[in-house]
Amino acid sequence: MADEDEEIVLSELDDADLVQQMHDDLYDGLKEEIEEAVNILLARDWTPYDILTKALVEGMRIVGIDFRDGILFVPEVLLSANAMKAGMFILRPLLVETGAPKVGKMVIGTVKGDIHDIGKNLVGMMMEGAGFEVIDLGINNPVENYLDALEEHKPEILGMSALLTTTMPYMKVVVDTMKEKGIRDDYIVLVGGAPLNEEFSMAVGADAYCRDAAVTVETAKDLIARRHNQLASNG
Amino acid sequence: MPDTTPARRSLTSALPDLGELAQDRTLIIACGALAREIGTVIGRNGLSHLALRCLPATLHNTPDKIPEAVRAAIHASREKYGRIIVGYADCGTGGLLDKVCAEEGVERIPGPHCYAFYTGNAAFEAAGDDDMTSFYLTDFLVRQFDTLVIRTLGLDRHPELRDMYFGNYEKVIYLAQTENAELTVAAEQAAEKLGLAFERRFVGLGDLARFINDVN
Ligand code: B12
Repeated sequence: MADEDEEIVLSELDDADLVQQMHDDLYDGLKEEIEEAVNILLARDWTPYDILTKALVEGMRIVGIDFRDGILFVPEVLLSANAMKAGMFILRPLLVETGAPKVGKMVIGTVKGDIHDIGKNLVGMMMEGAGFEVIDLGINNPVENYLDALEEHKPEILGMSALLTTTMPYMKVVVDTMKEKGIRDDYIVLVGGAPLNEEFSMAVGADAYCRDAAVTVETAKDLIARRHNQLASNG
Repeated sequence: MPDTTPARRSLTSALPDLGELAQDRTLIIACGALAREIGTVIGRNGLSHLALRCLPATLHNTPDKIPEAVRAAIHASREKYGRIIVGYADCGTGGLLDKVCAEEGVERIPGPHCYAFYTGNAAFEAAGDDDMTSFYLTDFLVRQFDTLVIRTLGLDRHPELRDMYFGNYEKVIYLAQTENAELTVAAEQAAEKLGLAFERRFVGLGDLARFINDVN
């Protein structure tokens, strides 16, 4: 069977085939291949923004769908995320240089008591891929960490992640503290993590629950646009 | 392993009186990870009115499927038992299992997950974040470590993922249900595979034993 697998030389593929191949390589979590392909497209004068959105983000979108549908599992997603991360590592400085569009800012972190971070990292990466500046507070964040980061970075969006039934209620502590300080409505609060649901997000006073990274990007863009419209009509 | 369904057989052999007999019988629908332990309690305490039906332990990794799987099991057994109880903690269903239990009028063992009820839910809660950077093992998980941890996380195929999973962890805490030297050695080896320090705590069956004993 092995010789049926013809060696693919990435640099010999035309742009469309190469991008298609990158989607496949992301799916298979092939980090080196992704790095190589990103460099090839850069050499072909693709803008970093186009490489990010058309090759990497689109590839991860497909991975996300198959994860949601139970075709891919956690290890595969982790490998794909790793490959995308490697591609983004090359693109990040170039995106800044070339003035790629910035849609907004998000502070994200896993709540106190919880050190699950795979989902949060994926959300952060896809938000970055969608043009958000992402400030990642990591794991086990007490309310002060969130408040300090809001103060320091002035993001539009606060994102909180929790994977444990025992830690998800902490989101309410954060939102309630924001209310006490009179800053709740200055931010869009998004929450996520496998055990959460819509009802829970309403109960803690978040703006939305997002099932996965793709939904997070859509919701974030949508809520930011609504906020802009509101500001415009109020002002 | 003790026979966990002694009364089920007597049920089928007493077909004419099924309806009446069924009233006296209780079925525990439980996570496969608890099969041996619940069986032990039933056998040790001679709780022959209890029958046990387990769902696959692999549901752990897709907790969103647990509530409806439990509901289906309840529906499939309702007519044969006077009472049904659920041997599952919340297990990451985010309250959805509780909703199913309430809708079906059945009770479940209290607690967020088995690590908590083995430790004792109150003690687990009181410990707060003390063990936050620890990964728990139970007798079941030690036995199934290669299948349910290593293989499920893909560490057999991709050992390089280990630090992405466990980079933030410091130790393995083996919450032992039994005094078993072999399991302890295996647990220690598991910790080694994960590159983590090792601690063993004998907790026994904790709140699980109380819960099963109190079913009448
Ligand atoms: C992988 C995993 C682990 C890894 C974590 C590695 C890491 N670095 O994160 C390891 C093996 C180390 C681990 C440890 C533990 N785990 Co764990 N873990 C899982 C598992 C199998 C998958 C989680 C995951 O990464 N999924 C993949 C990602 C991509 O999906 P996701 O996290 O859901 O994220 C997506 C969405 O939820 C959303 N999202 C996530 N975050 C955010 C944030 C925002 C702002 C938004 C908008 C969206 C969003 O978008 C993401 C991308 O699509 C789940 C079961 C499950 N299927 O959920 C159990 C699970 C969460 N773990 C569980 C438990 C109990 C534990 C341990 C206590 C187990 C132990 N033996 O000690 C420890 C926890 C220790 C601690 N203090 O945190 C339980 C929780 C039960 C409960 N009642 O809460 C679960 C449900 C498994 C189970 N049924 O027993 N775990």
